Amino acid sequence: MSVLVKPDTKIVVQGITGRFGRRHTQFSLAYGTQVVAGVTPGRGGQRFEDKVPIFNAVAEAVKQTGATASAIFVPPAFAADAILEGVDAGLELVVCITEGIPVKDMVKVKREMEGKPTRLIGPNCPGIVAPGAGKGSHGGCRIGIAPSHIHKQGHIGVVSRSGTLGYEAVWQLTCRGIGQSTFVGIGGDPVHGVSHLDVIKLFNADPETHGIILIGEIGGSAEEEAVAWIRDNCRKPVAGFVAGVTAPPGRRMGHAGAIVNGGQGTAAAKIAAFRDAGIGVAATPSEIADTLLRMM
Amino acid sequence: MNLHEYQARQLLGQAGVAQPAWELCVTADSARDIAAQFLADGARLIAVKAQIHAGGRGRGAFKNGFQGGVKLCKTAQDVYDNARAMLGNVLVTRQTGPEGRLVSKLMITVAPDIRKELYLAVLLDRSASRPVVMASTEGGVDIEEVAARTPDKIIRESVDPAIGLMPFQARKIAVALGLRGDLVAQALRLLLGVYSTWWECDATLVEINPLCVVGAPGGKEVLMALDAKLSLDDNALYRHPELQAMRDLAQEAPLEIEASKFNLSYIKLDGNIACLVNGAGLAMATMDVISHYGGRPANFLDIGGGASREQVAAAFKIVLRDPSVKGILVNIFGGIMDCDVIATGIVAAAKETPRKLPIVVRLEGNNIEAARKTLDESGLTFIRSDSMDDAAQKMVRAVVN
Repeated sequence: MSVLVKPDTKIVVQGITGRFGRRHTQFSLAYGTQVVAGVTPGRGGQRFEDKVPIFNAVAEAVKQTGATASAIFVPPAFAADAILEGVDAGLELVVCITEGIPVKDMVKVKREMEGKPTRLIGPNCPGIVAPGAGKGSHGGCRIGIAPSHIHKQGHIGVVSRSGTLGYEAVWQLTCRGIGQSTFVGIGGDPVHGVSHLDVIKLFNADPETHGIILIGEIGGSAEEEAVAWIRDNCRKPVAGFVAGVTAPPGRRMGHAGAIVNGGQGTAAAKIAAFRDAGIGVAATPSEIADTLLRMM
Repeated sequence: MNLHEYQARQLLGQAGVAQPAWELCVTADSARDIAAQFLADGARLIAVKAQIHAGGRGRGAFKNGFQGGVKLCKTAQDVYDNARAMLGNVLVTRQTGPEGRLVSKLMITVAPDIRKELYLAVLLDRSASRPVVMASTEGGVDIEEVAARTPDKIIRESVDPAIGLMPFQARKIAVALGLRGDLVAQALRLLLGVYSTWWECDATLVEINPLCVVGAPGGKEVLMALDAKLSLDDNALYRHPELQAMRDLAQEAPLEIEASKFNLSYIKLDGNIACLVNGAGLAMATMDVISHYGGRPANFLDIGGGASREQVAAAFKIVLRDPSVKGILVNIFGGIMDCDVIATGIVAAAKETPRKLPIVVRLEGNNIEAARKTLDESGLTFIRSDSMDDAAQKMVRAVVN
């Protein structure tokens, strides 16, 4: 059906009363997502839009509502603390949308999360959508900022570093009448939570996911690590795209992690690895969906 | 954000990293005076080093024809002559691009008797999410070439961020670098200083190339940093006002500075098709698809996820200030962003500009009908498109014709 979340997953929103958090909580509620709690220190006891109870701390929200996943919309300076608060509260999944978190903060967060059961998506990511069965995929689980209406419930898993390029792939599928099991946007920072590989493994194990779209970009070697595993282990067709063939070396292309350094992390190397692993490579971003569908 | 060599050496010096004596100057007269003092103190050779945000200075060339941004001199007069040739002139290196960088500051430093050149860096190991110390016995050359040709000559020591670089790890690196005797203790101090600078400054890279064993009076040998590169994490600058104050805007591209004022991420490229896109991945992919159909992108531009009308208008003005631009491709996957906001911004900016260029607009997402109406009723000509492939092909054709 979906990975990491289910349509009935209970969500707590950290930073629910900020402008950004409020807007996207409204979208998620309208989509039918089970947002059961919000957290804003000092505003405990109030209600969000007269419905969702607000707590002072995540642990309290978890205890009172049974939330198992969180969405983080707090400013960058406070985001590392917010992630670790979610981990400490024993959440299964923490999704951090915040862009601009210092790398050192994330290095500390990852160190602290070692050996803990919580999974982190992001930061600097669009989040996750498990489309629902209703009109415009209503009734699904949407954590983050991805547009829900472009989705359709179905059997393709989509994992992407980039948000908008991920939406592009999802929308192409939906326009062809093909639904998605889950869309996961893992984010564009150099230090982040779940990797392409983590999500691919989940898709591979999920009986409801029949095909996989993998969207990468320049920088680092996460795509190469994922495709090495795919080559030897993945039982499902995989198609993909790597952005940044034309990116000049040594320049950060918007995302903090999108940089070719010392000849490492080039699009050409990633595309070659994709081909070597039998992954269908879309020549242009408009062909991502068709490339996969031709393989199925 | 990048720092100058002198700023990096200042910070490293505060952390106890040994280095030859140096001073900064902005005139040839003071360059001569500083050199005279170093020579009087016993130095035999003085280096004049142009301070710009780019590597490859030694083999660079000035636009006035003068060769080399790093010069070794034996006399104060020689230092003066070289300083005069460099100051106020533009240095072009393999890292600056053809426009080069203006040299307005020089480092005058003692050039010691080098016995051995090593390499040392602290950076982020992305796949481990931890800092890593990289070192090599092959210093003073391009480390990327060393890594590609002889990867076994690269020493890597992963650091647990919870405890930092431990002394035993620093000694291990020193031994692997072939250092013996007192140099091991010196390396320990130096390595801990370099690591703490990386950590305390929120750096993304500290690089010492070369790290040198140099001859000292009495037949001794000393370990010293002869060059330094320091790049900072932009996301962490908010908590380092003292480092923010070190920013040198003269070293950055004017259009990129202008874009950053509007929270736009802009990078100038050398093509003629301007791109205006939301999202970094989609912006890169837009450049790629233009190139796929035979065009050349003029820039990377990410207007962000929640762009306002003002930001769109500012983005338009910025890409249009590049005189080589012959057409503009707007590619927005709005998602929850209101496409009409984008359309209104495009129309306002297009009306204002005297440059009449073909504009291809591909909008997808929320409120798309209103956006189309805004474009159609603007009285301006837009080439509409509904896919990236189609938009890129139309744009390339429009620019060629």
